[in-house]
Amino acid sequence: MSKRSFWMLIGVALIVIIPLLKGGEFGGADGEAAAIVEATEGFATWFDPIWEPPSGEIESLFFSLQAALGALVVGYAIGRARSRKEREMNREGQS
Amino acid sequence: MHIMEGFLPASHALGWTVLSAPFVVAGAVRIRNIVRERPEARLTLAASGAFAFVLSALKIPSVTGSCSHPTGTGLGAIVFGPSVMAVLGMIVLLFQALLLAHGGLTTLGANTFSMAVVGPWVAYGVWKLSGKIGLSFAVSVFLAAALGDLATYVFTTLQLALAYPDPVSGFVGAALKFGSIFAITQVPLAIAEGLLTVVVIEALSGKIRDEDRVAMLAGEGK
Repeated sequence: MSKRSFWMLIGVALIVIIPLLKGGEFGGADGEAAAIVEATEGFATWFDPIWEPPSGEIESLFFSLQAALGALVVGYAIGRARSRKEREMNREGQS
Repeated sequence: MHIMEGFLPASHALGWTVLSAPFVVAGAVRIRNIVRERPEARLTLAASGAFAFVLSALKIPSVTGSCSHPTGTGLGAIVFGPSVMAVLGMIVLLFQALLLAHGGLTTLGANTFSMAVVGPWVAYGVWKLSGKIGLSFAVSVFLAAALGDLATYVFTTLQLALAYPDPVSGFVGAALKFGSIFAITQVPLAIAEGLLTVVVIEALSGKIRDEDRVAMLAGEGK
């Protein structure tokens, strides 16, 4: 990893950590916006989700699955790109 | 930023779906062409979709004391142009609508338009503009991804304000109200997304000159 990437990752970590140290409720912004809409006079949803995760645990299961699948593919792509480059360099070395 | 199931009036839901459709179709055609003509780019294409998958699953705390998530659509928009992200972003939204009850089928069109069309187009525009005025590779990628992320949330704000104008202060009042929730919360997250996008492009392209990274990932030349 380059020095640049290293420091940028430190930056990302700080962006996540600082609000946690500062404290707060950390509810979802989506939910807050939804609360405003629900407070509108005469509002009613006209279509309900066809399936909802039965509990917070199941919801976090699917969120983790989503992140894991994505990370798997990104990691695979990075590894493949690296091995391809190594093969090319070996070939150049031999000829 | 996902507008929840059934939260937009039917006319709005339909309108956004109709507006998103051509972008998704154009994206599908573009993806088919990329896969056929540049097999080396397939891997990057998969990684672009996967990056959006990861980032939109991560709910991150913000300085406002609430949580939101990045979008991850800037990477693909920078490498392949914005149209491919209309398809990849919609797949992410569909996954979340069906399995997480996050977003929804009736609001899929509206959410696709903000996250998979507006965000990527802004990212692409900023990327091109930054290159033109001579900003470095890392700064250009950072600005493109961060502003694309932010644009998605600003657009969601406008969509909600359009559907639910404030009874007293109207559209502008409602936009300020929704904006105060979304936009400010999103600023630090957009910065994080900008940084992460630079890191991932660098990791995917390996040790080469900065100027060659994007072309190499897009499968254009060596």
